[in-house]
Amino acid sequence: MAKSHVSTTVNGDPVEFLCDTAETMLDVLRNTMGLTGTKEGCGTGDCGACSIIVDGRLVCGCLMLAVEATGKQVTTIEGIGAPDRLHPVQQAFLEDAALQCGFCTPGFIVAAKALLDRNPDPSETEIRYWLAGNLCRCTGYDKIVRAVQHAAAEMKGQPA
Amino acid sequence: MQYQSPASIDEAVAALASIGGARVLAGGTDLLVQLRSGAASPAAVIDIKNIAGLRTISETADGFRIGAAVSGAEITDHEALVRAWPGVTEAAGLIGSTQVQGRASLGGNVCNASPAADTTPALIAARAIAEIVGPGGKRSIPVEQIATGPGKTSLASGEIVVSFLLPKRPASSADAYLRLIPRTEMDIAVAGAAVSLTLAEDGTIADARVGIGAVAPTPLVLDASFLVGTTLDEAVLAKLAEAAGAAARPIDDKRGTIDYRRKVVGVLAKRAALIAYERAKGAR
Repeated sequence: MAKSHVSTTVNGDPVEFLCDTAETMLDVLRNTMGLTGTKEGCGTGDCGACSIIVDGRLVCGCLMLAVEATGKQVTTIEGIGAPDRLHPVQQAFLEDAALQCGFCTPGFIVAAKALLDRNPDPSETEIRYWLAGNLCRCTGYDKIVRAVQHAAAEMKGQPA
Repeated sequence: MQYQSPASIDEAVAALASIGGARVLAGGTDLLVQLRSGAASPAAVIDIKNIAGLRTISETADGFRIGAAVSGAEITDHEALVRAWPGVTEAAGLIGSTQVQGRASLGGNVCNASPAADTTPALIAARAIAEIVGPGGKRSIPVEQIATGPGKTSLASGEIVVSFLLPKRPASSADAYLRLIPRTEMDIAVAGAAVSLTLAEDGTIADARVGIGAVAPTPLVLDASFLVGTTLDEAVLAKLAEAAGAAARPIDDKRGTIDYRRKVVGVLAKRAALIAYERAKGAR
């Protein structure tokens, strides 16, 4: 079958791609665009490793068809911070050692950024509930929660 | 697999009617998992998210209309809806993770027809009406008439649930939904109960409606007429728990036994009734 042509915006840049209708946004990000920071863990929406932000909403890339991206604004881990200017969440994850194997980390950072964008001062409970759909099998979560609290404090201290 | 994203309900109905085996795509959080596992292999998916009205919540003289493709996150962000229907909105907020709520729709939760769907008992308690459009035109039915069994609905071929109507709330009304899961998030209800109450001036219950979930092949309406005229004293609460357990027709599975589910659904109904009662007192 002929491929579908999709025009969308990824990390602020207009992007066009061809895909099969059954391909997920996660498939296209990783395999077509080479944006491999978004990870495939479970592929069924349980683990959050493929977290991306679409039109301001945190979603699982594996639960969205790529053809649905038409006209949308998609943000992936590659669009958060820059190598020489990390996002405060990324900096806090580094400083607080909030990762071990790192596979879940991009998903956690994307999800934590989405949280802090809408709630700059979340409680520990709010952080834990917000991140309940991101699974980490190494850290036991404590360092991750602390890193998000740390990032929130840093972001509040920064001039707007 | 074809993908179509019609701009109108009529186009969506025509597409569903013309392509045998097409499936409706709203949030996709159930459908994409089925596509991946091979449990579903439709000839086409018809994405209803770009149809005007299916992604909006509107308040009218008759109550609230919620488009079938409205996501859980959009529901829990809607302050007026949360104030008027705290139970329906807390049920929507319990489904899956933040990521799942960014996509999962109210229409999808009801039409996926899981016995453990969280919003369905709350919508039943709310007396929600589903507006359906199909090749034969429009019809409206109470939400409890949609699911007919696990994964099965009463929708005819080509029919789409386009919206849900929640009736206008009298003063001193509120609802609540509770479910039991072994963890605190990201799980499927072992049992669930929703209670919607309206209080009279003197604080007695003037109207009551109860929905229970995960304890039968479909979410059920419970006859709760005995709550009317009471103030939820101990004896009435015990009767509610007993009635919920008696109405339940649960299965034994890894999430719970028949006896446990009968017991728990009663406890949840009692607790949800008390929460709805306190909320209704505050909603004068």
